[in-house]
Amino acid sequence: MTKFTKISVAALLSSTMITSAAFAAPNVPEGTELADDQTFTYRVLDEHSSVDPQVVEDVTGSEIVRDLFEGLMNQDADGNLIPGVATGYEASEDKQTYTFTLREDAKWSNGDPVTANDFVYAWKRAVDPALASPYQWFMELMSIENAAAIIAGEMEPSELGVTAVDDYTFEVKLSAPLPYFPQMTTHATTFPAPQAVIEEHGDDWTKPENIVSNGAYVLTEHLPNERSTRERNEMYWDNENTIIEKTVALVINDENVALTRYLAGELDRTEIPAGQYPQLSEEYPDQATSFPRLCNYYYTFNVSDSGPEAFKDVNVRKALAMAVDRDIIVEKVMQGGQPPAYTFTPAAVAGFEPPALEWAGMDQAERDQMAKDLLAEAGYGPDNPLEFEMVYNTSDDHEKVAVALSQMWKSKLGVQATLANMEWKVFLEERGNQNFEMARGAWCGDYNEASTFLDLLDSDSGYNDGKYSNARVDELLAEAKTSDDTSPLYTEVEEILNEEMPVIPVYHYAGVYMLDTDLGGWPVDNVEQNWYSKDLYKIAE
Amino acid sequence: MVFGSSQKAAQLADDVTDVIPVKGRSLLHDAYIRFTHNKAAMASVVVLGLIILFVLIGPLFAQWSNEEIDWDRMGNIATEGMPSIANGHFFGLDELGRDLYSRVIQATRTSLMVGLIGAATALIIGTTYGLVAGYVGGRVDSAMMRFVDILLAIPLTLVIILFLVIAGRSFFMLFVSLGAVGWLTMSRIVRAQTLSLKTREFIEAARAAGVSEVTIMIRHILPNLIGVVIVYASLLVPEMILTESFISFLGLGISEPYTSLGKLIAEGAGTMAYGTTWQLLYPLFFYVAIIITMFFIGDGLRDALDPKDR
Amino acid sequence: MLVYIAKRILIAIPTILILIVASFFLIHFAPGGPFTSERPLPPAVLANIEARYGLDQPLWKQLWDYLVNIVLHFDFGPSFKFKDRDVNDIIAQGFPISLTYGSLAFLAATIVGVSLGVWAAIKHNTWIDYFAVTLGIAAQALPNFIMGPILILTFTLWLGLLPGGGWNGGQWEYLIMPVIALSTSYMGNIARLTRSSMLEVMNSNFIRTARAKGLPTRTVIWRHAMKPTLLPVVSYLGPVFVYVLTGSVFVDLYFSTGGLGQAYVGSALTRDYAVLLGVTILYGGLTVLVNLLTDLAYAWFDPKIRY
Repeated sequence: MTKFTKISVAALLSSTMITSAAFAAPNVPEGTELADDQTFTYRVLDEHSSVDPQVVEDVTGSEIVRDLFEGLMNQDADGNLIPGVATGYEASEDKQTYTFTLREDAKWSNGDPVTANDFVYAWKRAVDPALASPYQWFMELMSIENAAAIIAGEMEPSELGVTAVDDYTFEVKLSAPLPYFPQMTTHATTFPAPQAVIEEHGDDWTKPENIVSNGAYVLTEHLPNERSTRERNEMYWDNENTIIEKTVALVINDENVALTRYLAGELDRTEIPAGQYPQLSEEYPDQATSFPRLCNYYYTFNVSDSGPEAFKDVNVRKALAMAVDRDIIVEKVMQGGQPPAYTFTPAAVAGFEPPALEWAGMDQAERDQMAKDLLAEAGYGPDNPLEFEMVYNTSDDHEKVAVALSQMWKSKLGVQATLANMEWKVFLEERGNQNFEMARGAWCGDYNEASTFLDLLDSDSGYNDGKYSNARVDELLAEAKTSDDTSPLYTEVEEILNEEMPVIPVYHYAGVYMLDTDLGGWPVDNVEQNWYSKDLYKIAE
Repeated sequence: MVFGSSQKAAQLADDVTDVIPVKGRSLLHDAYIRFTHNKAAMASVVVLGLIILFVLIGPLFAQWSNEEIDWDRMGNIATEGMPSIANGHFFGLDELGRDLYSRVIQATRTSLMVGLIGAATALIIGTTYGLVAGYVGGRVDSAMMRFVDILLAIPLTLVIILFLVIAGRSFFMLFVSLGAVGWLTMSRIVRAQTLSLKTREFIEAARAAGVSEVTIMIRHILPNLIGVVIVYASLLVPEMILTESFISFLGLGISEPYTSLGKLIAEGAGTMAYGTTWQLLYPLFFYVAIIITMFFIGDGLRDALDPKDR
Repeated sequence: MLVYIAKRILIAIPTILILIVASFFLIHFAPGGPFTSERPLPPAVLANIEARYGLDQPLWKQLWDYLVNIVLHFDFGPSFKFKDRDVNDIIAQGFPISLTYGSLAFLAATIVGVSLGVWAAIKHNTWIDYFAVTLGIAAQALPNFIMGPILILTFTLWLGLLPGGGWNGGQWEYLIMPVIALSTSYMGNIARLTRSSMLEVMNSNFIRTARAKGLPTRTVIWRHAMKPTLLPVVSYLGPVFVYVLTGSVFVDLYFSTGGLGQAYVGSALTRDYAVLLGVTILYGGLTVLVNLLTDLAYAWFDPKIRY
């Protein structure tokens, strides 16, 4: 394959010495013969926003940053926490102080040791108003002492609750006992930053010629809107277990072009366009892959004052939710193995027990009948048809779902739903200001815990676009912030949501990829899809 | 971008400018005869007429509406969605299981309307603007034309994108934004024509007879502009359709459930590798047919109105 | 002549200034800002970001600072989306790519288009003529977003001859498909234009005279007919050059060339104000420049025009 990767020649020359070492790598199954060319090439939709760990805000950029930098903790193939730069951590009794012990053999790519001071610098940098990172809120969410005040400009960044006890001991003080704090240290914003390099080069420090990083890879090439390349970091502490020599991210905006280029052998991984999975999995059963993701897809009612009167009636909301044939959406529209959604939180979320919902067990004909009855009860029928406008942002897939939904409602309930698509920024603005009747929504978890989804429906949440408000939900969510056993709380929230139906859950996302058969180690069970090139390997064909 | 041929149009219009002012019916009549003797143009008129006829009476034969989903076949488009007389989907199904026959008819109607209304908008604005600038002349003229020059320097794609992004999408905005960028060249052509016309004897005569300036503009200059205007407008129609299809490609075109040929083609082109080529070929056929016939009609009009021996 | 050129350049300055101001307000009034996101930023965070980029200033102040930075430092500002780069970086990286594609597509369109047109005119009313006319019209009618998929499927997937996208330092195999996709519609137009212009010239009196004198056809065509034939073509070439540069949006998106088209559309959609303005100014300036060059070329071709 890879006819055109001229670059592969270089990799070929240097590969012999790695092959022997690679057999020792813990994650490669016994007896696997590794390929000579250990280059992994994948498609990204868009140019990444940045490779500065404290600044990066998009998925594409975070993938690169996870290879270039290493934080306190990493995730394994199942999404469990494993040591990164820290070998482990200890929490105090009150769970408000965390002490991380750092490994002494961790090095920056220029040979300098990685110390606790690098983390202190990075974390203070992340909250510094002068850097103005869009991810400042993440540090605030981590409940680090004084973070909120620093961000608001009321305190100096130096007052952040982080200290380097010694070179290899990093201590964090929290303002509240956050149960999932350690999980949050796998996020790019918390990765260390090389102070000396940043001070020397300023904003240009992330350019390939300047950048110094502590992860398994270093950035060697960046051609904006075309490709970025990262290559093995010889200084990385676990370098001997790293197999992939070079990872290339190719920017391909059009998913159909990406698939064509994948089929032509230019890529090892690409997304499968909606609707093509069944055909591809028949043709390429070893390559077409689908697995659950931590994302939901829903339509939200505007229940605020600016919303239509009809949506204030719970029967109307329920009727519309019932009449959605989710099996058609997932099996005939998306066709990528997405699970149909009856709850807001995906079932794949760790520690979340979906409640047993009556209507989830019914067949669609029963649901449709219920929907008709509910709508009739609400006073809508053939002589008084329900009419509303549903908005979604411009995209082929969203359009398909919206058309299918509106046609379901039309044919089953006689409901007239007008479609309106808006360009992304306009959509966000209108939705955020409650200038809509019904709007598409989707959310991907920031961390593997139900609150990352359910917090959206908290009355005070900035993301609560439908302005749904329920005192009991708020109470339960507040309780979950400090509780040891959160699972029953989240289940109860979902039960309330099911009774009140402020949003229509449609489906939960699946990662639907073509993964080349010679690519090994892809963490399909990591629902957050936090993958690291160092855990991958290419198998000889 | 696709307004590229406007320069050519300007050139063509220059040719027409050589026409002697209309002296009654004979010249237009001659032009009509010349046009009817142009085989390619006449064939194009027939083809275009058939397309319009199809758009008008086609819906009578449709067994599905343009937004209805065929629930039984959706999800298996590649194997069950091909064109078939038996199941009433004469042109097959689109990606979502909607009847392509009805959608193509609706899209063709939209694209023709975009072409005609877009061109008409450009024509009205451009003619008025150019006529006023050229007739009033002097400082007003140079200020007005400087303004056009500035607008011409702004990349058209940007203007259209910004228009649609800012003002939101609707049929109306689409026509406005297309018209807004199409009138510039039109106004330049009309102005040049007006400048040469206003020194002619018959205008002088009218003025000496005490006819008001506005009346001169409308009664005496405007009729003499018809030749140029028709030629340029006929060239604008395909340009408008091409531009609309580009806008649709960017995802800024018309909203569902309505569609345009450009949008259908963009969808069909995206999935052409997956064994559903009919989704590309039917809309493409109508699209290419309209564009080509409009080109030939435009050329035919130009030749007909240009008495130069060729 | 020099006075004329100087005058044209002087006029270009206010033109570009108005262009900047108009685009500046247009983009700022578009709904949604650069930092409107799916996760609405907490007010404190948003305030920090706006302060960093000066977006908390009144609009006129932002415009003034923007203009001052351009004039004094030739600095077109930072990108709000691509935080590792500023507008100067983005243009310096993308423009050479767009220029390469644009120039090649322009050359291809001109050379092939003119040859096809001349050939068709010489062989008027033969099958070559019909073939050329059909080809020209077909090329013009097929939008480049059809050409793109056809080319990629044919050359990348089925034949495996060409890479499906990328720039790779401008190696020739990476250039072929984008250049074809970019040039065909203009090629068709140029061919049609050349053909009709040539036919007209060949029928004109001075060519008839030249022929009557018994000059060989070849001499007549090259010595006498070529220059007047190309006159209307030349006036069309200027705009074409601008269009292939600014209209490369599709090709850039489709073939991931890294050219400016991606930055251009992307910045409009993400409200990356400075990038959008920077590219607009570049394109606008280019349009003005090319129009000037076209007029000069026209003067050279047409001895009747004097300044």
